[in-house]
Amino acid sequence: MILIPFVGGVACLLLRGRAVAWAGLAASAVTAWTCLPLLRHVWLFGPVRIDLGGWAAPLGIGLYLDGLGAMFLLLTAIVGLLVGVYALAFFGRGREYARMEPYFWPVWLVLWGGLNGVYLSADVFNAYVLLEMVGLGAVGLTVLSGTNDSLVAGLRYLLATMFGSLIYLLGVALLYAQTGQLDIFLLAESVDGSFPVLVAFGLMTGGLLIKAALLPFHFWLPPAHAGAPAPVSAILSGMVTKASFFLLLRIWFVVFPDVTAPVAGQLLGVLGAAAVLWGSLQAVRQTRLKLLVAYSTVGQLGYLFFVFALLTPSGGAAWSEGWASMAWTGTVFHVFSHGLAKAALFMAAGCLLLAMGTDELAAMRDIAGRLPVVTFTLGVAGVSLMGLPPSAGFVAKWMLLKASLASGQWWWAVVIALGGLLTAAYVFKILSFTFVPVGGDDSNADTAADERQVSRNSGIPELGPVPALMTLSALILAALCVLFGFRAEEVIALLLRDMGLEPPFDAVLMGNFGGGRP
Amino acid sequence: MTMTSWLPLIVLCSSLFTGLIIFLLPEERSGWRTALNMTGATVKVVGVFVMAWGVLVQGAVYEARFTMGLGFDFVLHVDLLSLAFVSLSSNLWFLTTLYAVGYLKGSRNRNRFFGFFSLCVTASTGVALAGNLITFFIFYEFLTLVTYPLVVHQGTPQALAAGRTYLWYAMSAGAVLFLGVVGLQTLAGPYDFVSGGVLGSLEHIGPWEARIIFALLICGLAVKIAFVPLHGWLPAAMVAPAPVSALLHAVAVVKAGAFGVLRVVQDVFGKDFAAQIGVLEPLAAVVVATILFGSLRALMQNELKRRLAYSTVSQVSYIALGAVILGPLATVGGLAHLVHQGIMKITLFFCAGIFARSRNIHRIDQMDGLGRTMPVTMALFTIAALGMIGVPPVAGFVSKWYLAQGGIQAGQDWVVAVLVLSSLLNAAYFLPILHRAWFRPCGGEPDLGGEQARCGIWEAPWMLLLPTLATAFFSLAAGVFAGWEWSPLGVAEMITMGRGAFP
Repeated sequence: MILIPFVGGVACLLLRGRAVAWAGLAASAVTAWTCLPLLRHVWLFGPVRIDLGGWAAPLGIGLYLDGLGAMFLLLTAIVGLLVGVYALAFFGRGREYARMEPYFWPVWLVLWGGLNGVYLSADVFNAYVLLEMVGLGAVGLTVLSGTNDSLVAGLRYLLATMFGSLIYLLGVALLYAQTGQLDIFLLAESVDGSFPVLVAFGLMTGGLLIKAALLPFHFWLPPAHAGAPAPVSAILSGMVTKASFFLLLRIWFVVFPDVTAPVAGQLLGVLGAAAVLWGSLQAVRQTRLKLLVAYSTVGQLGYLFFVFALLTPSGGAAWSEGWASMAWTGTVFHVFSHGLAKAALFMAAGCLLLAMGTDELAAMRDIAGRLPVVTFTLGVAGVSLMGLPPSAGFVAKWMLLKASLASGQWWWAVVIALGGLLTAAYVFKILSFTFVPVGGDDSNADTAADERQVSRNSGIPELGPVPALMTLSALILAALCVLFGFRAEEVIALLLRDMGLEPPFDAVLMGNFGGGRP
Repeated sequence: MTMTSWLPLIVLCSSLFTGLIIFLLPEERSGWRTALNMTGATVKVVGVFVMAWGVLVQGAVYEARFTMGLGFDFVLHVDLLSLAFVSLSSNLWFLTTLYAVGYLKGSRNRNRFFGFFSLCVTASTGVALAGNLITFFIFYEFLTLVTYPLVVHQGTPQALAAGRTYLWYAMSAGAVLFLGVVGLQTLAGPYDFVSGGVLGSLEHIGPWEARIIFALLICGLAVKIAFVPLHGWLPAAMVAPAPVSALLHAVAVVKAGAFGVLRVVQDVFGKDFAAQIGVLEPLAAVVVATILFGSLRALMQNELKRRLAYSTVSQVSYIALGAVILGPLATVGGLAHLVHQGIMKITLFFCAGIFARSRNIHRIDQMDGLGRTMPVTMALFTIAALGMIGVPPVAGFVSKWYLAQGGIQAGQDWVVAVLVLSSLLNAAYFLPILHRAWFRPCGGEPDLGGEQARCGIWEAPWMLLLPTLATAFFSLAAGVFAGWEWSPLGVAEMITMGRGAFP
């Protein structure tokens, strides 16, 4: 799982020309393929634990996969494979892109291996190592195009991510000094509410928050994501930010479930709310498509942090409530739907960029008529981001809203609704440009439609060709958003394969909460 | 799955697939597109007819249910109320498609137009067939999404601005409605629409919780039904092509709002429970204000489509009026008006489209003598306008009569005063148009200016005229044959009485 992409990455280093791309794609396919038996195992039998080299926990390196990890793994596999297909077409488009190709594939595969590793690792230090790999890989991808802007963005990204890792590592070290454990389950048993442990907890959380780009730490994200080539942006926004969030979930709810204070949870919730509003507002203000989509990531990531506020009103006791599982599922489902939708958006944006040569929104005149499939992709992914039915985003939003109402924290519901509105504002901002016809005043179209000679091509800047593979892979991602909206049940079932806490998930989710009134 | 669960799906998908396939067609294949559209529309009409037959004659139950795994089911359920709405929308879809094919001949982006047009009908079918509030909400939001491309279809700055207005209203309302739906589900758990309401029987719901939820739900619906402070998008959306206006006003958007209010008041809260927690009076005040305000504003418009738009604001609230007056007769009147208003208003918009398209007439002061140059179209316009005023025997009279009777029956005599007043206003803004058209000498072509080709008879092409003729005929027939068991009124009576809402 972790090794295949690494091996693939090395292989890519050795090859030349187009062979790199094919080898990279093959490695992607194999990686995605190897996920399947693991996912199937989790689906059928619940969590898996493997101790490498036969050594048991405090000594050996443990790998562990539960429903939560499986969801992230699945997301990475889906998006990763499609991004691979997309990248194959994207980089095969001429010298400028071909120059980046030999670097893209190895770095990307290493990054993928790191991601898988984070989701599989059962101890906080290994997770750090792998996360570091992800971070460095991400920086490498950011500077891929080698332009000045991307170098600056990459440097900012590098500093932010290194700083975050450093703080996290400090936390880990402190924790190790206190407890002598690194394995998440052994830690969960041995942490107490003592001061050093709290500090460690705070440090680890803080470090991960920086890496996850929660509001005050979001400064590095938009330039980095917007400046990178399209497949890279899709990877960064769709997957990389999720890795840190995954560790946050692990640490908060597996390692420190009894330590987390309601105040801290509420604080993260407030930051999340601020991120939702601020990020979305910034997105509305943008005039360039990719920056807009990047700010949208800042906003959408904000939703994820409500879970900390929702789940920690009274320590571990909250798990016994029905809405707790709602909040939990909703959040992870949001990760899932956002990953798909955002990758689709960035990929569609990449198609537009190729076609138009610019990603100025104002240049997108009449795109709806000329690139209908890309527009459709934008639209569907946008709908999922807005959380409108029928899409995966709707499912996530539904669960989050319901959880916040049922837990009596209705103010989150208001923020979620507002955030949805703002999201609608920027998504429709994109779409409205696509409807502007090119050339000619159409104001009399209502009256004189038949007399008017429809002049299709007068004064329209020619669109560059867009490889069908690119449009297609973006479209598939968008279609998956809708599909998972309808078939949410299975994904949720996968998630609920026991995450080591044994909260009463089973029937509660399916039915009415009865007593869970505000 | 048996036939009884397939049929609602077929009816839903007949327009969904049509829409999706149309997107894939090359723009030039207008023959294919038309054929596809008409096939879809025919399948839908037939499907609805079969369902109606099954429900009314054989007592069959049509239901398709999917578990979403989120604590609710996705339910398509056919009851009498949904039957009324879905037969309205399927028949009018058929006619409007015919009309639109003629109307948009030769203009660009027709694939997009007809694609979204079909999706729009899908959404309104979904709204009609939704078996619970959540399914309703899903289609309601879907409706917002697919209407937007139609509103901005022209792509002019004006159209884009109108589209933005529409979105702001609709999305905000959607968010509010969503809160209401989630809140209700949190309070009451999953439930299906049940005639007479479900909330009344649940003890653990406090009156204030119920009131807040009611307010959220109605506010969410108020935008689409265009209740007064929230009606601003409707006149703005007039920049859309005439078939879209027809669709917006008669079949899809406004009707979905009205339908939603009916569902919420009657099938979720139940009139008795709603009256008990005292939410009907404020709603009634809003409804009355809307009826009068809409008519007053209509009076001030000079542009024909805008006048019709404000008239819609006022007329659709009659449907809601039926819902807020206690007692069965008013309910019958409101329900019947759901259909009556649809067929009359679509006739008016069809006519307005014909005027605009063939004569470039947009304003009322251009309509002098139109009765002589376009006698057939103007006659149809006249029928529908008279119906709106409430002149017997056109359909509008019947619904107003029942509403008034219902008001008296419930001891709410103010209803009669409102109806009389608004009918006077209706007359005040429709009669001058008729007077101009029939009794003034014709003013000549506005764009030709000179004396030439002034007053010759020039009728619209049959593709535009035929649907208009049909809807005008329906408006007349629904009034004349109101006593018949299968007329809209008859069905409305059946819905009200047969469902046991009022013992």
